[in-house]
Amino acid sequence: MSAPEHLPDIDNGLLRFLTCGSVDDGKSTLIGRLLFDSKTILADTLNAIERTSARRGMSAVDLSLLTDGLQAEREQGITIDVAYRYFSTGTRKYIIADAPGHEQYTRNMVTAASTANLAIILVDARKGVLTQTRRHSYLASLVGIPHLLVAVNKMDLVDYDQAVFERIRADYLAFADKLGIRDVRFIPISALNGDMIVDRGSRLGWYAGPTLLEILEAAPAAHTERAEDFRFPVQYVCRPQDAANPELHDYRGFMGRVESGEIAVGDAVSVLPSGATSRVKAIELGGARLERAIHEQSVTLLLEDEIDISRGDLIVKAAEAPEPVKQIDATLCWLSEAPLSPARTYLVRHTTREVKAKVAQIAHRVDVNTLAHEPAAQLAMNDIARVTLKLAQPIVADAYADNRATGAFIVIDESTNNTVGAGMIA
Amino acid sequence: MSTLTKQTLSHLDWLEAEAIHILREVAGQCANPALLFSGGKDSICLLRLAEKAFRPGRFPFPLLHIDTGHNYPEVTEFRDKRAAELGERLIVRSVEDSMARGTVVLKHAGESRNKHQSVTLLEAIEEFGFDACIGGARRDEEKARAKERIMSFRDEFGQWDPKNQRPELWNLYNARSHKGENIRAFPISNWTELDVWQYIAREQLELPSIYFAHVRPVVRRNGLLQPVTPITPAQPDDRVEDVQVRFRTVGDITCTAPVESDADTVDKILLETATTTITERGATRMDDQTSEASMEQRKKEGYF
Repeated sequence: MSAPEHLPDIDNGLLRFLTCGSVDDGKSTLIGRLLFDSKTILADTLNAIERTSARRGMSAVDLSLLTDGLQAEREQGITIDVAYRYFSTGTRKYIIADAPGHEQYTRNMVTAASTANLAIILVDARKGVLTQTRRHSYLASLVGIPHLLVAVNKMDLVDYDQAVFERIRADYLAFADKLGIRDVRFIPISALNGDMIVDRGSRLGWYAGPTLLEILEAAPAAHTERAEDFRFPVQYVCRPQDAANPELHDYRGFMGRVESGEIAVGDAVSVLPSGATSRVKAIELGGARLERAIHEQSVTLLLEDEIDISRGDLIVKAAEAPEPVKQIDATLCWLSEAPLSPARTYLVRHTTREVKAKVAQIAHRVDVNTLAHEPAAQLAMNDIARVTLKLAQPIVADAYADNRATGAFIVIDESTNNTVGAGMIA
Repeated sequence: MSTLTKQTLSHLDWLEAEAIHILREVAGQCANPALLFSGGKDSICLLRLAEKAFRPGRFPFPLLHIDTGHNYPEVTEFRDKRAAELGERLIVRSVEDSMARGTVVLKHAGESRNKHQSVTLLEAIEEFGFDACIGGARRDEEKARAKERIMSFRDEFGQWDPKNQRPELWNLYNARSHKGENIRAFPISNWTELDVWQYIAREQLELPSIYFAHVRPVVRRNGLLQPVTPITPAQPDDRVEDVQVRFRTVGDITCTAPVESDADTVDKILLETATTTITERGATRMDDQTSEASMEQRKKEGYF
């Protein structure tokens, strides 16, 4: 490889996406292909998987070996846990969350989906739309991934037949409509041969759309598609009180990340749940003063008035303040081997706030395969249910559909400190 | 009414914002954290991120270094200088002290002390009662690390159980632990080696001199360059060569190899990093080459 004169500037930010599919859909091969064709895989890694492929008696290099990170996964030839992979095209950086399809599928998929803005759902061209395809699509839409890409893989095994692809597309659209999935696209690929991933290949001439990578390059980044209210959960309060520096004596910086929307110096703000109001005096980032801050930026806010603010409080624009609530309806995914018990008290972490909570009601459980509602007295691992929670103190929340950051919460079991549930406020 | 902003952060700004958020979550959730600072490039980035996260206040944690006693002097000198410049407290605990206490027993005098850092780290955690250690590990470094959480739970023996990790959703991190247990927090989990160098370039971060090309006596062994030092002297039949090298990663002298390079500026290193054909650890770490699962094994035993 010859060295370029200078590095290309990455100016299109970062996209997080999820790949889901079951064991044999070729998901690991697709990821391997993306990394390989984008030149992310380096020679020594390739040598290592070449050796392993040869040892297992395979004729070609098995790109799926790239994503099996743990000893147990390599021994069993399966993927157990979510793995994160990185590649960059020169204009955009990508974070792939690779969710295994078979074991603990709901738990892993919900985890991987929670930070993704696009999901690639793999379908085996020979098998078409299966129960698991519906399950993955349901979970992706449940967790609010705005863009779905159905990749019909293994086109090489159906002679690159357009009719197969069109039939799968029609089948998929028939049920996607019921899920309320708005943006879904379809692409025929062969991950094994690299057709329509990074390069178009020569065997899918009937497909006129963009390659998979071109779709990723053009996919909208999070927070860019609709107007969002400003939400700033306070993480930490900075009061330097440095005796050597009297200028800092009255310094009170409210540190956090702009979860959505934007804020500018001079804007009127409310602090929740107290409801106190003030104006933004300054916005700081590492000693620099900013005129404004946008979604996903970590900054420090200084206010004009002295208000009592601590970790767990939410700063919003005065005109966009939601009401604090002590009871929430939510879709809850149970993630723990110990079942959810309505008799117990749990801890709910919502933004930077922790409150004690009890389940007031389990309205129904959802069968992720049929989407049927069924009654439930408790929840087991991988169950998804509509519940009502009573909270010991109020939280300031939005509906998850409006705001992923202020609509999401996790449930913690205080006896183990494990994260046992993931919730989305209705 | 909010206005729609199409603007997004550049990938470096995004990574920086995420890391600052994670650092502040550690500070907000944990009573007594520490930041692992070795003088290496990743932890140098962590210090800049901590400045951006907490200034004008002081860091809400001390800096901690586990010293094998086999570090390059340029790096330990840099470590002390940087801590002094920041005016932050630096705690150094040494594997040699653990050896004197008998808690680290080497199989033979020449055995690398690198993996034994785990013992000394756990002793320091117990001594100071740290409930969280912030480290500069990245998921792109190694396969086992690709599955690591950003807030990673360790039991009272410091063990990582890869098959039983806490689910980590959205940016709602769970850094809770009971007394004696510990959280390892990795703010730059989502950074790659190239991101680190781009950040060093953008922030104009100072680095120990051995990251830049210099001439050094080395011996070629198993495809790696083994530096000739008082700790790793040449063997009688070795052919010692003076080669222009730089270190892509710095760590224990006995297991960190330099690469041939004439990159003597950050810009040249950036170009080399973008066009390299060998991974960071593959080119430089002898400890990862013992078996495909050696990093996973060390992590289960309490390694970073």
